[in-house]
Amino acid sequence: MSDLHTGTLTQLAASLRAKKFSSVELVTGLLARVERAQGALNAFISVTREQALAAAAAADRALATGSGGALTGVPIAHKDIFCTQGVRTTCGSRMLENFVSPYDATVVAKLKGAGAVMLGKTNMDEFAMGSSNETSYFGPVRNPWDPKLVPGGSSGGSAAAVAARLVPGATATDTGGSIRQPAALCGITGLKPTYGRVSRYGMIAFASSLDQAGVLTAGAADAALMLREMAGFDANDSTSVDTPVPDYVAALEQPLAGLKIGLLQEFFDKGLDPENERRVREALKVYEQLGAKLTVVSLPNLPLSVPVYYVVAPAECSSNLARFDGVRFGHRCENPHDLTDLYRRSRGEGFGAEVKRRIMTGTYVLSAGYYDAYYLKAQRVRQLISADFTRAFQDVDVLMGPTTPTPAFAIGAKTADPITMYLNDIYTIGANLAGLPAVSVPCGFVQDLPVGLQIVGPHFSEARVLAVAHALQRATDWHTRIPAGFA
Amino acid sequence: MSAWETVIGLEIHAQLATKSKLFSGSATAYGAPPNTQANLVDLGYPGVLPVLNAESVRMAVKLGLAINARIAPRSVFARKNYFYPDLPKGYQISQYELPIVAGGELDIELEDGSTRRIGITRAHLEEDAGKSLHEGLPGVTGIDLNRAGTPLVEIVSEPDMRSAKQAVAYMKKVHTLVRYLEICDGNMQEGSFRCDANVSVRKAGADKFGTRAEIKNLNSFRYIERAINFEVARQIELIESGGKVVQETRLYDPDKGETRSMRSKEEANDYRYFPDPDLLPVVLDEKFIEAVRATLPELPDHKATRFARDYGLSAYDAGVLTASRELADYYEKVVRAVPREPKLAANWVMGEFAAALNKESLDVTAARMSPENLGGLMLRISDQTVSGNVAKVVFATMWSSGAVADTVIAEQGLKQITDASAIESEIDAVIARNPGQLADYRAGKDKLFGFFVGQVMKATGGRANPAQVNELLLRKLRA
Repeated sequence: MSDLHTGTLTQLAASLRAKKFSSVELVTGLLARVERAQGALNAFISVTREQALAAAAAADRALATGSGGALTGVPIAHKDIFCTQGVRTTCGSRMLENFVSPYDATVVAKLKGAGAVMLGKTNMDEFAMGSSNETSYFGPVRNPWDPKLVPGGSSGGSAAAVAARLVPGATATDTGGSIRQPAALCGITGLKPTYGRVSRYGMIAFASSLDQAGVLTAGAADAALMLREMAGFDANDSTSVDTPVPDYVAALEQPLAGLKIGLLQEFFDKGLDPENERRVREALKVYEQLGAKLTVVSLPNLPLSVPVYYVVAPAECSSNLARFDGVRFGHRCENPHDLTDLYRRSRGEGFGAEVKRRIMTGTYVLSAGYYDAYYLKAQRVRQLISADFTRAFQDVDVLMGPTTPTPAFAIGAKTADPITMYLNDIYTIGANLAGLPAVSVPCGFVQDLPVGLQIVGPHFSEARVLAVAHALQRATDWHTRIPAGFA
Repeated sequence: MSAWETVIGLEIHAQLATKSKLFSGSATAYGAPPNTQANLVDLGYPGVLPVLNAESVRMAVKLGLAINARIAPRSVFARKNYFYPDLPKGYQISQYELPIVAGGELDIELEDGSTRRIGITRAHLEEDAGKSLHEGLPGVTGIDLNRAGTPLVEIVSEPDMRSAKQAVAYMKKVHTLVRYLEICDGNMQEGSFRCDANVSVRKAGADKFGTRAEIKNLNSFRYIERAINFEVARQIELIESGGKVVQETRLYDPDKGETRSMRSKEEANDYRYFPDPDLLPVVLDEKFIEAVRATLPELPDHKATRFARDYGLSAYDAGVLTASRELADYYEKVVRAVPREPKLAANWVMGEFAAALNKESLDVTAARMSPENLGGLMLRISDQTVSGNVAKVVFATMWSSGAVADTVIAEQGLKQITDASAIESEIDAVIARNPGQLADYRAGKDKLFGFFVGQVMKATGGRANPAQVNELLLRKLRA
């Protein structure tokens, strides 16, 4: 049983159905790995051992009668941004250190319904605001490829857990790259679906118009399986879209002959590490060999993504986080002497520095006299960026480029300068602003550190994007590499 | 006083009569124990999202159509951000730049009988806040979030009113309208219908408005009138004594009958409105709007015009009878029993019937007499079975017992005497008993005619047909 952790999510689901081993055996084994790795990686905020074992036992009973779902008995982890009934949901913040959610997020309920077994809640940047997992109140997550380095963020805990094969799959969220960037830095596959494809209900909001739930798995086939179980219209989320969910798994095997790939010219800029670029171009060569056609595509407004994002996202967050006021739930300061004091100290103590910085930025850009110059202008540029993508997709099927400018960086290297940190998301933010599906797949190593290739498709083209990612993974084995020490 | 002109605009908040809240499935019923009608969405829990109540949209569209306004093909919900304990999310979901209804109007009737058109700038949907509780909670503040998320439509007028009386007339007009449309119960005590008044004064003939003060949360017609009159006097006095009106929010204290400052413009919140990214724009097509239009009832003004024309009523009577849809419906059912006597029916509905309701503080819908029964009584007046005076006696019995007119008339023997010979013999007897009065009458004391009428009526228990009594008595006295 010692090598069960190397199985992919798809393989584990099949093996459980074939009764090659039980869910209890699998969960027990993985819980041991989770607990053993916690000191080195700090990937989890909460490990739900007892609930997991009980759920595994129930899964085994379902498997015995053949009544299980697509993921029955399969262990997964949830990013601690998803509300889980009866389980602490912290969002990586002191503000919610002791918050036990009274309800399940739709994503959590759907995966539970499909039979998945939650092992715990993964670490993350506080309120998903960060690109390195260093803003978590529960301490930074370490990169399984090198514990001195960050795993990326904000879904760093989920990415590290999957990379270290503590779980075969984990949920995550992506507001400006929070799934794809850690996927790239940890050498795994990370899918951000189309905005509206997966319900946001029960996912603690950072920037509502950008947030989207997705998955982190070793390979694209696993992502397809998890997404199929998570996606779909939700009457509780007005921004979820009522369009049928295709069988992403069945659509994985598509011939690539004639596929038109657009190379995002703006992404191959001077900020891109030359070695990183080389790995990306090697992957593109593989696609050519598989019959795809490459053309260079320019999206002239795309370089404005970062400034647009850092107006829109903080604006929305400044409002979304107003509910954390110490009145009904979450952190409340000791002995407030009046209402203002209650607000000031509860929020002052409950939020970390990056969250405060974004709340202040957002409050500023929405203020009377600044709204037009910042928020409104940013929204206009956002539309231009969306239009750039729409135009590009008239000529090509998918767009490709690097996921990040560099491989993982050292813990502490970028914390002093927020702008340097923000530039880490320069290649990922565009897909969020335009609401497009995008995946990051491992495409090689730079000095023993993984780097990612990003694939962006038109709205609701997850099936195509995943199939394209899967084709690379049939031709290469980057996504199967496991960091030393976690093999 | 005449040197000053008052300028008033009202922002009316009408609570929509939906079963559930604007963005959640919680009930909106009034008076439930604190926090029993607040779910996770109303409490603003982490991760929850709003879902728009479609019925509230239909109601707002109804209002828009009734005030002849433009229905926005696309309207947008916005967040109004401020911190307060009764505001769970730290923002109120409202509409800001793109409201669902814009550019309407209503005509009000002035005391001199003329009408004045009041412009309605906009009407938008928004959620109500909860409320703070202090009673019985020494040293702490309680929060009741039952009201949080209750749907409101805010109806914003142009600064078109020139006196407190006009403001009240407009407020009443809107009150009547929303109840006709069945989009608001109009209960002012429970806060279902309330307003903020923007009040300023300027020198008569000036073309610029003066600086305004906003009086918050007025929830009775009397308070509106008093608060505005106080505020107008305060502003005039202030300016005449060399002072300046400052833009501020004021509260009306009904106990002291005065307004006082709540916060100045400088202290006002910067609400940082922006479109709510959790909600899609409300997109309404012509088909939807026309479908809502088809559900509109006959509106008060139209009904009043029709009553005056079809029933031959005065404008005043038509106005009184159409002040509420229930009263108008009641009246029309009474008329159905006596189609040729609409005026008689109007007099009775506005007179005896309204007085009976008033006496017991009852609503039309709770009346102890069905319109069919009142119509039955009208029929007996009309066919002279009973006189008007006797009918009042019959009415009182019908009201308390629930019996129909014919039963009461029969059981109490109240049928009118129309047999001329029977009346004549009573007259003869009265004349025989009063020779002195007869002599005086014949000597020219015409006023004694009333005495003889009274005697005859008394002798017949009021049942003699008054017209016949008059006619026969006149003949006999002059004989």
